[in-house]
Amino acid sequence: MLTHLRNLLVAVLLFLAPAAQAQQIDIAASVAAMAEASLKELATIVTDLAATGDPAVVPALTALGDGDLYADETTGRVLIQRGSTVTDPVTGEHVELGADADLSKIRVNNSLRRDIAAALAGMTLMSDNPATRLSAANGFLANPDPANIPLLDEAIAAETNADVLRAMQNARALTVLRDSESSIEDRQAAVPLVAGSGRNAITILSSSRTDAPEELVASINAAIAGLEQERAVWGALQNVWFGVSLGSVLLLAAIGLAITFGVMGVINMAHGEMVMLGAYTTFIVQLTIRNNFPGLLDYSLLIALPAAFLVTGTIGVGIERGIIRWLYGRPLETLLATWGISLILQQTVRSIFGPTNQMVIAPTWMAGSTEFFGLSITYGRFWIVIFALIVFFMLLLVLNRTPLGLQMRAVTQNRRMASSMGIRTPFVDAMTFGLGSGIAGLAGVALTQIDNISPNLGQNYIIDSFMVVVFGGVGNLWGTLVGALTLGVANKFLEPYAGAVLGKILILVLIILFIQRRPRGLFALKGRAVEQ
Amino acid sequence: MTFFSAKRALLTAAMAGTIVASAVPVMAQDDTIKVGILHSLSGTMAISETTLKDTMLFLIEQQNAKGGVLGKQLEPVVVDIASDWPLAAELARQLIEVDDVDVVFGCWTSVCRKSVLPVFEELNSLLFYPVQYEGEESQRNVFYTGASPNQQAIPAVDYLMSEDGGSVERWVLAGTDYVYPQTTNKILEQYLLDKGVAQEDIMINYTPFGHSDWQTIVSDIKAFGSEGKKTAVVSTINGDANVPFYRELGNQGIKAEDIPVVAFSVGEEELSGFDTTPLVGHLAAWNYFMSVDTPENEEFISAWQDYIGSTDRVTNDPMEAHYIGFNLWVKAVEAAQSTEADAVIDAIVGLETPNLTGGMATMLPNHHITKPVLIGEIQDDGQFFVVSETEELVPGDAWSDYLPESAMLEADWTAPINCGNYNTETKTCGAAAQ
Repeated sequence: MLTHLRNLLVAVLLFLAPAAQAQQIDIAASVAAMAEASLKELATIVTDLAATGDPAVVPALTALGDGDLYADETTGRVLIQRGSTVTDPVTGEHVELGADADLSKIRVNNSLRRDIAAALAGMTLMSDNPATRLSAANGFLANPDPANIPLLDEAIAAETNADVLRAMQNARALTVLRDSESSIEDRQAAVPLVAGSGRNAITILSSSRTDAPEELVASINAAIAGLEQERAVWGALQNVWFGVSLGSVLLLAAIGLAITFGVMGVINMAHGEMVMLGAYTTFIVQLTIRNNFPGLLDYSLLIALPAAFLVTGTIGVGIERGIIRWLYGRPLETLLATWGISLILQQTVRSIFGPTNQMVIAPTWMAGSTEFFGLSITYGRFWIVIFALIVFFMLLLVLNRTPLGLQMRAVTQNRRMASSMGIRTPFVDAMTFGLGSGIAGLAGVALTQIDNISPNLGQNYIIDSFMVVVFGGVGNLWGTLVGALTLGVANKFLEPYAGAVLGKILILVLIILFIQRRPRGLFALKGRAVEQ
Repeated sequence: MTFFSAKRALLTAAMAGTIVASAVPVMAQDDTIKVGILHSLSGTMAISETTLKDTMLFLIEQQNAKGGVLGKQLEPVVVDIASDWPLAAELARQLIEVDDVDVVFGCWTSVCRKSVLPVFEELNSLLFYPVQYEGEESQRNVFYTGASPNQQAIPAVDYLMSEDGGSVERWVLAGTDYVYPQTTNKILEQYLLDKGVAQEDIMINYTPFGHSDWQTIVSDIKAFGSEGKKTAVVSTINGDANVPFYRELGNQGIKAEDIPVVAFSVGEEELSGFDTTPLVGHLAAWNYFMSVDTPENEEFISAWQDYIGSTDRVTNDPMEAHYIGFNLWVKAVEAAQSTEADAVIDAIVGLETPNLTGGMATMLPNHHITKPVLIGEIQDDGQFFVVSETEELVPGDAWSDYLPESAMLEADWTAPINCGNYNTETKTCGAAAQ
């Protein structure tokens, strides 16, 4: 009996094989036709391929959607190229390129990318890879189609991974909610599930509301109202986070100035250019690493930190020794001289690197964002906040716990007495200025992740930096910290109501009023040091 | 004594250096036609304008190799306006009065154009302006070879409204806070309202120059786009601020398939400083793309790269505008057999020259030209893939038909009207445009 069955099975398989073969040829022909297809023809081919339902079309469609599908102009073959490996999209075999191969990308537009994602969702829902299943489930979320409910039920029954299961259930709930054939009870039951499906729940619910019957609209409205309330709370927290993140950028930019201007009293207009030089150092470091040690690319920012500190610190010492030391006690001349230096540095960089922006690639651990309850936190910003705080506390440590810090404070508080005690004041001046410049260089490394690397980079930050230092209280590091964070948060709370332009103006007006009341800023220095 | 004079010489030189950055007569021949080049080679706008200066030098060199114009060699006179607009007016005056140039190619920003306009009018000289701008202007001495709003903004919005573009129903108009975005958005808003878009489906947002903290705005856009209607962003954000903007979009997970951004100021040159991965699929509307596959374009690109000595250098839309403007001027001078401003102004209207995308650019009576409108999607190699192209050339319209205060105005610099703001209702010239 068993042998009988087995024979039968073999016979059936043998019978099926040519059919599969026939489809295979069809697929191969369609894929090959992509080489010369226009956008409209491509759309038809994608629909045709998706209609076969054959898993063999998945690699070709995935590659097409990702922009990895190429046509060889010399042979007319369609190939997948990822990195340096070239494979055949249908058979998956490795392909050796001919010497005269001329690969040109098969290009797709947004609407085609959407079609491909929808087509792939159905075919990859049963894949072995959880990540593929998850993206398939998300594909169903984007294109709910009642015809897919049985497929989803089947997948949900077989699913073991909790995250994927949740995505599938969300997709099913949404599909039921949109399906006019389902009973009102089923659709109403789906509402809370959809409401709990994450950030886009409000979008999905409000778009489902348009063609829903009345009973359903009521429950959808209730769910939306609940979500909106939740969103208002998280929105406020999100704003605080945005503010902290902006504040940390201000802190980074200002903290070096808190040394050169706050502690030494040098009105240093070239401070922004130190930031800019730090950013260019990062660019050079990353370029060197990319060309010579591609494996270290993810760590290039970390390697750039000491490099930027040394480069800008050295330039800072040079500026202090060469120019600023002749101008102590003459603030107007210092202002003009450092402004001149800033122009010279800008034009030098422009002449060497050209006027266009340079590119620093974000390392993988700084790209993307994460959901923290209702907050969306981008990794890049998160690391900059952490980095700003580290720099701040390191600097505090240097000033309060090292001999150099002690000497710095001694010199700035009473130069003549410090000199009498045997402190080499010129050396300390140079070191202090170098330290402030070096920290500006560190800020430049961080700013490569959020701003343009152009010769004008520093100009965007110089005014803000002075604002922070003056607002926080000249000569007080804690004032700089509190000042930067206050300005950041205040800015972000004003922005939604007043707009970015007016928000900035309001902040300036508020600071002017504040300085009128407290000319020495938030944390005023007390005692005799103030008088000098 | 020597010490003093040396010091004074140094001071004078330094001052001359700052005020008249660099007036460099490249060749000093007796009988040449002088061509002024008025671009920023330092300051904020240097990023975009330095390339245009090189483009002009390249075009002049090519023309000279062909024997010049009217049998005379062309001589470029380059000045640096240093992104300083009052200085631009001074240098324009110097070019015309002191250096005695016959024509000037220059400016990028609208504020630069507005500040040099009176000079060209007063001294009756010629300016070719190569950048897309907000319209609502036509001046006898200026030729606008860049796009007016109906040659860039309106077709881009039409594309997004179409089924191919994603049938967009909600619109974010985001721009930098100055004259070009403000006017363009005013026109676009009126156009969208006319098309039946509800007021609450339009969000307008302005940011300062060089804005780098986009967190709030991008999350607002995300929230605005999450109301169940297909949303798109029309961006008139200028130059530098674009990098952090697109980066924030990528970081907050907004993909081009969800909320596409169509930009009017992002071209190949700007993209060459980008990590384009997060940008793939976002759009730009221009009248020229480097990726356009025509023999003229291929020849232009290879000649340009030979001239500049690098195959990494890209070409972009304002470069094509200078190419067209320069060729039209050469043709007009040859037609008029003179470089006199009045003769050229009379001769140039109606002349045509091939553009780089396979069509003909014609100088219209309103001093704008005909252009094709191309919509491109950004690719990961920093080039654009053309997804839509107007079937016919679009004539540039000086006064927008969508704004009630300018709908009845026309510009026509030929007889008998000869006027930049002719009111078709009252049949008079100079009717209150503002």
